[in-house]
Amino acid sequence: MADPVTFTVNGKSLQAPAGTLVIDACKRAGIEIPAFCYYEGLALQAACRMCLVEVEKAPKLLASCTLPVAEGMVVQTESPVVVQARKSMLEFLLTNHPLDCPVCDKGGECELQDMSFRYGAGESRFTEMKHHVDEKQWSPVVYFDAPRCILCYRCVRICDEGLGVKALGVTNRGAYSEITPNKGDHLDCDECGACIDICPVGALTSGIYRYQTRPWEMEHTGTICSHCGDGCKTTLGVKNDEILRGNNRDRSGINGEFLCIKGRYAFDYVSHSERLQSPLLRSGGKLEEVSWSKALAHVAQRFGEIKASGGRFGVIGGEHSTNEENYYLQKFARAGLGTPNIDHRRSGDVPALLDALHGRQGALATVDDLYNAKGVLIIGVDLAQQHPLLAFQTRADSRHHQAKVFTVTEGPVREDKVAVRKVRAAAADQLDAVKSLGEDLKAAGELVVLFGDSIQGAAVGELVAFLDSLGVPAKYICLVDYSNSRGACDMGLLPHLGPGYQAAAQTGMSMAEMLADPSLDALWVVGANPLAGAALASQKAFVVVQDMFLTETAQRADVVLPSASAYEKAGTVTNTCGQVQRLRKAISVMGAKADLDIFGLLARGMNLDLGRAVPDQVFEEIRASVHGYNVPLPVIATGGAAMADPVHGRIQAAAQAHVIQSARDTLFTSGSWSRYSKTLNVVLEAPGELYKP
Amino acid sequence: MTFSPELEKRFAEMAAKYPEGRQKACLIPMLMYAQDEVGHMTEELKEEVAKRLNISVLEVNEVVGYYTMMRKKRMGETHLQICTNISCLLWDGDQLWERACQKLGIGHNEVTADGKISLEEVECIGACSWAPAIQVNYDFQHHVTPEQLDKLIDDLRKA
Repeated sequence: MADPVTFTVNGKSLQAPAGTLVIDACKRAGIEIPAFCYYEGLALQAACRMCLVEVEKAPKLLASCTLPVAEGMVVQTESPVVVQARKSMLEFLLTNHPLDCPVCDKGGECELQDMSFRYGAGESRFTEMKHHVDEKQWSPVVYFDAPRCILCYRCVRICDEGLGVKALGVTNRGAYSEITPNKGDHLDCDECGACIDICPVGALTSGIYRYQTRPWEMEHTGTICSHCGDGCKTTLGVKNDEILRGNNRDRSGINGEFLCIKGRYAFDYVSHSERLQSPLLRSGGKLEEVSWSKALAHVAQRFGEIKASGGRFGVIGGEHSTNEENYYLQKFARAGLGTPNIDHRRSGDVPALLDALHGRQGALATVDDLYNAKGVLIIGVDLAQQHPLLAFQTRADSRHHQAKVFTVTEGPVREDKVAVRKVRAAAADQLDAVKSLGEDLKAAGELVVLFGDSIQGAAVGELVAFLDSLGVPAKYICLVDYSNSRGACDMGLLPHLGPGYQAAAQTGMSMAEMLADPSLDALWVVGANPLAGAALASQKAFVVVQDMFLTETAQRADVVLPSASAYEKAGTVTNTCGQVQRLRKAISVMGAKADLDIFGLLARGMNLDLGRAVPDQVFEEIRASVHGYNVPLPVIATGGAAMADPVHGRIQAAAQAHVIQSARDTLFTSGSWSRYSKTLNVVLEAPGELYKP
Repeated sequence: MTFSPELEKRFAEMAAKYPEGRQKACLIPMLMYAQDEVGHMTEELKEEVAKRLNISVLEVNEVVGYYTMMRKKRMGETHLQICTNISCLLWDGDQLWERACQKLGIGHNEVTADGKISLEEVECIGACSWAPAIQVNYDFQHHVTPEQLDKLIDDLRKA
């Protein structure tokens, strides 16, 4: 067989690799063939018949979405027969379609609308009664309006192939065919909403977004999801400073158009009624609302006094704060307050991995590497629950590249379905379990290794050494919990390590030690909730908390400063793989300030010279001073992801034992924020169980 | 739910015919044989078949919904299927249909009050050469005259 294949489309001679589908080959040559059911990345369906083309010597029109190019093939895509076929197809699709575009959510961005305008007949010969079925609600987020459906099977395939859930099917036949959820009248699924976004018409609509606006009335801001550590791009639709929807239909970002329930719907915490919109100052034992100037002045004064008297500070940073904020915070603590006591809640042993990989280049896997790897080794994590994007990539890798997947977990996980070997082992035995897979891992030829908190400390080095001994090229992902947990490590929110994992001048107290220190004079908590499930030993400590909500920690505070969410500020975040991406401000919330702005104001109040607290300027400093962060600015500025590869030399191990533990969030929880997201709480599947028996 | 030992044996033989991992292919024959024993596609039956083939009930419903021979409700002891498709129509199959409806007082996919007979107007049953044709449960009757139909119905009523 000739390769590349030479063929003719509309009189133009084209070439394409053997096996290319006619629809793809034409697309690459700039010839558009309309289609509904054909969808990149999903199995072929040939259901919609929109892509029919005329092929010389073929007795009838052929579906170009399932037709591979052949040597000498002569194709017509705009001949009168094809044009008429498209008109007829659209007329046929519209026979039972209600044509309720003026009230349909999809109106304005509907593929059926666009196709009808471009290829349709504009008139219908159908005068009979339309077959009507009432709209159904399948879950708090998914609504289905059967008459609008054109049966392209996109939703069925994305749920089965993409998500591995298989919650949708098609029942009945012909004009009565209907998309049906797995529980008869409702859904039991991830509630990710992928089916809604992929729907070319308004058959599947979102309970969050429906009837709120028309698409063209919104501003769209592409930013990074504020929940887990995978770093999905979510494009927020905003009207009047209110986020109405999140999706990523333009496939920008490392996630393509994948989003889970959190990325697509759980932005709603920003408008929760308990959101703090005014600083609070403790007076007479009670927290009372005060002005920003009064609150900031009070904090600056007390910090100044404690510093002057040589008091003990403790500073705890957040896993959702930007790199700029974390960098500035550690600088504030170390240089401004003169304390080495800085930490954050640690969920994965990133320093140990970077130490084990010292001297290597490109040993950290990106989200894209995971999709292209020949083998994937998952250790100690329920990926589908905790890292939905990485789970999606693993499934796609298995589907498109026949990757060999290995799971070493405590209990059954969804990835088992695509795994060649699955091993059940308790957290402590997982390293040994990996070793038992030796020969199979070797056979995979290449690996991306994902590990959670079950591999930490010396075990990380052992894991790397073991895979080295097999001679299998491996790239690693150390899984961490939240949107910038990785950045918090990289920026030096660690008691023994500064930015870029340089040994700190003086080793400070860890988070647990700060909380347990009875003589702590001040505790400054930024975007974290350490007092959920732990007590503060020091009675006298002056506690300052920057948070969106009155969390357990904020309730103990002397001053609470209302902070902005990730959707309300600019900056950069680093995902669990180490990919740096830029946040863009989508909305403003009255009364709240970005943490970086608060740091700047406090620095000014204390007469500290820490540099300007402006995201771009701080990022410049990070690029110049933090190893591996000298990332290309144009990539970041245009919404891309740049790998920050901070692997350089050996990294000093922590002197004292410290806790590294994942919060084990599910698809329906997000740490302290879970309770403030209505969507996460109203779906039936919530709270979602890890390791279902 | 449990099936008769004969049916269980049949299922076991059937499953062995398909390559490992492709047992899902047994779905249609399994449903049909089970229907013969149970009568129609009960929820219990669909759940049982789904469990045995390790697929979801939704996947079973997709198949059951598609095929008219998979009965969604209980039919009569004798299921009378009359073809009114083109070849049979040319030989007055439609009149046979009307006659049966009038005689039994029931319509398409309906059952007589005593539960003995049910009627179904079917599309081509592949017996065009012998039109008009009807199907009584799994048996074909060819070149059916109105008199033969009357006698058949009378016999069935008496049985």
